[in-house]
Amino acid sequence: MNDIWAGLTQAGRLIISLDPTLIEITARSFKVTLTATLLSVAIGLPLGAWLAISRFRFRRLVIAVMNALMGLPPVVIGLMVYVILSRSGPLGVLGLLFTTSAMVIAQTIIISPIIASVAHQVVRDLWAEYHDLLISINTSRWQRTRTLIWDSKRGLMTASLTGFGRAIGEVGAIMIVGGNIEHATRVLTTAISLETGRGNFAMALALGFVLIASALLVNLVMHHISRTERGSRW
Amino acid sequence: MVTPILPLTLSQVQVVKQGKRILGPLDYKLSGRGITVVLGPNGSGKTTFLRTMHGLEHIRSGRLYWACTTLAARKSQAFVFQTPILLRRTVLDNIAYPLLVDGSTKATAYARAQEIAERIGLGGLLGVMGTAISGGEKQKLALARALVRKPQVLFLDEPCANLDGSATKDIEAILMDEKANGTRLIMSTHNVAQARRLADDVIFLYRGLLHDQGPSATFFTTPATSEALTFLNGGILA
Amino acid sequence: MIKKAVLAAVLTCAPLASIAEDFKMAVTTSFANSGLAEVLLPEIQADIDLNVQLLIVGTGQAIKLGEQGDVDAILVHSRPAEDKFIDQGFGTHRREIMYNDFIIIGPSVDPAQAKSSALTVEAFDKIAQSKADFVSRGDDSGTHKVELNLWKKSHITPEGDWYKSVGQGMGAALNTAAGMNAYILADRASWLNFGNKQDLAIVFEGDPLLFNQYAYIPVNPEKHAHMNVAAAKRLEAWLVSPRAKALIEGYQIDGKKLFVFNAQPK
Repeated sequence: MNDIWAGLTQAGRLIISLDPTLIEITARSFKVTLTATLLSVAIGLPLGAWLAISRFRFRRLVIAVMNALMGLPPVVIGLMVYVILSRSGPLGVLGLLFTTSAMVIAQTIIISPIIASVAHQVVRDLWAEYHDLLISINTSRWQRTRTLIWDSKRGLMTASLTGFGRAIGEVGAIMIVGGNIEHATRVLTTAISLETGRGNFAMALALGFVLIASALLVNLVMHHISRTERGSRW
Repeated sequence: MVTPILPLTLSQVQVVKQGKRILGPLDYKLSGRGITVVLGPNGSGKTTFLRTMHGLEHIRSGRLYWACTTLAARKSQAFVFQTPILLRRTVLDNIAYPLLVDGSTKATAYARAQEIAERIGLGGLLGVMGTAISGGEKQKLALARALVRKPQVLFLDEPCANLDGSATKDIEAILMDEKANGTRLIMSTHNVAQARRLADDVIFLYRGLLHDQGPSATFFTTPATSEALTFLNGGILA
Repeated sequence: MIKKAVLAAVLTCAPLASIAEDFKMAVTTSFANSGLAEVLLPEIQADIDLNVQLLIVGTGQAIKLGEQGDVDAILVHSRPAEDKFIDQGFGTHRREIMYNDFIIIGPSVDPAQAKSSALTVEAFDKIAQSKADFVSRGDDSGTHKVELNLWKKSHITPEGDWYKSVGQGMGAALNTAAGMNAYILADRASWLNFGNKQDLAIVFEGDPLLFNQYAYIPVNPEKHAHMNVAAAKRLEAWLVSPRAKALIEGYQIDGKKLFVFNAQPK
């Protein structure tokens, strides 16, 4: 109980004093995770919709791979990305290891399957609902896809937020590929891990509270934006 | 510009689902004017019959053809489902959708959609989500969306099945109005009273087959088959 | 098309360019936890315009990173592993910089009576005899290797319920020990900076066997051509300079000196 209280007060102190280190790592957390989320949305939403609408030869295989990737512990993905980006690895010449780019790549690999999977489910359900109507109206495949994606935007936003939530709280993979380097790749979660290691529970908890508050803020902002649609009782 | 799509001819059409014969083989020709009502007990194949003509069912055997190309025919017909399928959009967006699919400009599509909505009595609900209106309004919306393209043929599958008297009366008025405009309507119902009010001619389906048919004047008074007579008298058909 | 977008996004997200040259060095958790890095790094940047980026890992992972060519140099404290690293040609040479010492931490009531020991091996023997809980890093780190070596010197094979191998870094292992009120071998720097001591206290210290030598090893450019040899030399020259000596020896926590500078001029 003491630690929690100390953590809360410390979190309050850090936020009120606009602690430069806190702002730096929080901003980096957001930069990395928002970039990864945008990339994953760009990959996952069309992939999920495609899997829901099209019937092609390797569809089952793609779904199986997607589910398998979702089940992998992030640390394994981190390790695979490390091996590939390492100077001794196939993409070593790019010099991306221990940069925020490496962290973006790892997070994108972690959350793209999650976003694609939720998107697949959402679009598949809507497709089942709309199927007869869209066939009846004689829509083209492209028109159907656009209609389904547009009309499931609520669910797709939930998918994106799920991905964002997973990514912002992830530590295992980005610790390996980012290296938790101060002023370069340190983010909220790796800093929490570091402070826990130092036994600074209050500081670790304070950072944890900041993390929770930021994630909450993003969710509230997104829901507020979608609330501007009238009659939102979907 | 308007090429007539009728008559529609069904020749020995048969629909089979999961090894079970649902419809046919049957021959039928849809032509002329007015309202044809499809009657029959539950499971007699009314819905499948309408969906087959509209092109929503896979035909196992037989032939179905319009007076023009299938592609041209598809653009001049519409279907109203028993349970309305509504897009998760506003009432106005729902009605305008088929026009936008056809490539109309937004201005044209929305002007036409608004005109139809007002004619059908949805004028006060344009900005409301299609999913947030009452059952009667939903069916009116589905009807408005079906009519927005000015179809030559309109299929309706039990359009009043779940509606109360007042909503049913509104829908029937719209249908009579459309009939007066020259739209060919073919609708299923198991409500004999409604069939009497609307039908110009009647098809009686029984066990997936076209069992009996005729102009309403003769069908309701002297049906050719004992099954149709039993059905009209409220009897139970096994 | 998606591929292109990914690449573009990844590239635009490249780290903010800093004016000073970047230099990656893998260091052990014990060094990082000491807090000395926070004193030295800004001075290094000011003096030789080098932005040293620390990768805080165990000795095992530090050496692996050096072998792979993912860091420019390593600063570690495990002599056999260091020698092997150099013998295999991954490092150019080994330069001793400083040492600190290990201490045995345990419950303040000291159920094993380790406090009264004269030698480290005696303290280890008492802990093993009493079967009091002992937390081992178990992560192949420098500290873990020192601990194993001490058991060996005490002619004890540590096993049984009382010996908890946690496979974690120093901080996490100390947290575990604090939670279980167990004995643990730790470096002094980590201990002094550790914020969750609870009922733990130092029970044994001062034996020369517990000295912990840190050495700086630049990664061999013959193995990895992209190595920044000039920067590695500049950093080494600074680390053994009188300026570094003053900073290292002047570093204190709670009035206690942590490191002894012992670099020899070449």
